[in-house]
Amino acid sequence: MTGSTMNRQGRQTQPHAAPANVNVTQTEMITGNRGLQIEEGLIFDHGKLDVTGVDFAVPDDTVEHRLGNFARTSVIGLPGLSEPEAVRHYVRLSQKNFSIDTGLYPLGSCTMKHNPRLNEKMARLDGFMNLHPMQPHKTVQGALELIDTLADWLKVLTGMPAVAMSPKAGAHGELCGLMAIRACLEDRGDARKVVLVSDSAHGTNPATAATCGYAVEAIPSTRDGRVDLAALKARLGPDVAAFMLTNPNTCGLFEREIIEISEALHEAGALLYCDGANFNAIVGRVRPGDLGVDAMHINLHKTFSTPHGGGGPGAGPVVLSEALAPYVPLPYIKHELGEYSLVEIEEEAVEEGGKPFGRLSAFHGQMGMFVRSLSYMMSHGSDGLRQVSDDAVLSANYVAARLKDHMSQSFEGPCMHEVLFDDRFLKDTGVSTLDFAKAMIDEGYHPMTVYFPLVVSGAMLIEPTETESKESLDQFIDTLIALTERAKSGTAEEAFHQAPTMTPRRRLDETQAARNPVLRWLPDTPTAQAAE
Amino acid sequence: MSDLRYTEQHEWVRGEGEVATVGISAYAAEQLGDVVYVELPEAGRQVEQSGEIAVVESVKAASEIYAPIAGEIIEVNVSLEEDPAIVNGDPTGKGWFVKLKLKDPEELKTLMDQEAYATYVEGLE
Repeated sequence: MTGSTMNRQGRQTQPHAAPANVNVTQTEMITGNRGLQIEEGLIFDHGKLDVTGVDFAVPDDTVEHRLGNFARTSVIGLPGLSEPEAVRHYVRLSQKNFSIDTGLYPLGSCTMKHNPRLNEKMARLDGFMNLHPMQPHKTVQGALELIDTLADWLKVLTGMPAVAMSPKAGAHGELCGLMAIRACLEDRGDARKVVLVSDSAHGTNPATAATCGYAVEAIPSTRDGRVDLAALKARLGPDVAAFMLTNPNTCGLFEREIIEISEALHEAGALLYCDGANFNAIVGRVRPGDLGVDAMHINLHKTFSTPHGGGGPGAGPVVLSEALAPYVPLPYIKHELGEYSLVEIEEEAVEEGGKPFGRLSAFHGQMGMFVRSLSYMMSHGSDGLRQVSDDAVLSANYVAARLKDHMSQSFEGPCMHEVLFDDRFLKDTGVSTLDFAKAMIDEGYHPMTVYFPLVVSGAMLIEPTETESKESLDQFIDTLIALTERAKSGTAEEAFHQAPTMTPRRRLDETQAARNPVLRWLPDTPTAQAAE
Repeated sequence: MSDLRYTEQHEWVRGEGEVATVGISAYAAEQLGDVVYVELPEAGRQVEQSGEIAVVESVKAASEIYAPIAGEIIEVNVSLEEDPAIVNGDPTGKGWFVKLKLKDPEELKTLMDQEAYATYVEGLE
């Protein structure tokens, strides 16, 4: 490997070699465990091939199978564990997790808010939990009604006439929205080639546009962190299919000129896709339909409090404008003569005047997430949902107000539900954004989003959410202030470089992981395979 | 290296007669952080000025590399595909991306020289 492996402004990605003068006290443990933090190996390292926790009858190998060439000829090599061994393995791994149930999780743009237990109770009702998507419609009327009711809430909250419920996550929702846009433009006989994205966009925006076959071009931000309207207008033309914009954007700022943006787009024959990842800041205050948005995904797993981030599947319904409504993908719910059904085939949709662009997934969407989201909506009511947004914005502004004299806030003035800092306050300290984030881990905090958005240097994007108490926010803020002072004192640079020191693993080598990824476990010795 | 010319997107270009070598500046390499992947174009392709010629991915972000001036791609630095770290180690030397046969070598003069680029970068910080 050549040359320098770190940079001052950018992200330092390789662990520093431990220098002799820093005394990180770490006694060599006999077991590798650290107190009750158990050093847990891979399940393949535990398992023995001749052990199993389940009593299977030995198959009668005189029975003829019909697998032909597909019959396995070698030992499968799955680890065999008893039930207590399997339970311990996964419990030990789970104890290494940090979750919203463990502590404050200020991950900007990811909205790690509390998942109310009432939602869980509702999702475990027998009539929802034990359904199969292939049951006859007559036997699942309640479930279909629930999807329809949720769809109605989403349409009312966004002021949009139609919604596609099947997308399984935010990025899947983006795909759905852009496919609807493409279908609409092609239907007009005006297929276009280019999708514009803001330079502060989530990475999924350009990725989605590219996946849909569009060339992607970025529109710059102004110095106040918002879309450069003049640059956007200058770029519009007959080749532009759509503009993808997040509002509030990833700098935590409301795009004040969004109506002018949507009008300019529509005048140029293009459509506006809104990334709804930050919808949680404006629910009950702003309806995207009133802003001229043509399609927007809603992360139920952020805005409407369903678990996510490894804790549960996402769900990304997409609301659509009048122009895009006919292209809503199959299947969708139909309510006629007091009975709910799913429109599953194109002919049926066409009979109703629809032009579905196809099907995004086998079934109708994430039922479990639908139950939880509707439970959240109905338990809060529309006024409660507005209060949630207001409190999320208040929390972020409280963090901003208390930190702005200690850290460097990127854009002056009030923010929405998240506040963006950059690394100017660390200038000449030798401490990078990454060092700072790692030091937070040692203090028991999950770091904020770092190095995103890309429009500022060494970004730190903090989203506290509405579910943190003032005491919890104060403790968090006090920790950041103390870390800031430590960094500025000039006496702790090396300690920052060494962080985290209290974790099961020290700082990971991200560069090495990206350049030489090891994606598959292989046995040290091929005995597993040879055991047959 | 005073023979280099620069763009505002932080590409450098070194002209030698009709042929120009293109790469990214030391500042760009530092900003990107450790480069982990480089996607290069195929030789023989015609590119316009500011047309995309390569993609560079670091642990921080993926960025496009644009042609500083128009021409035909006559050679690409395949060693970057094997060892992308060269971009960080020697951005203006062994870390070059492509060689272009220029449509109009005079166009080079429209780009920033070393001094102008240094001033430009200073303004960014």
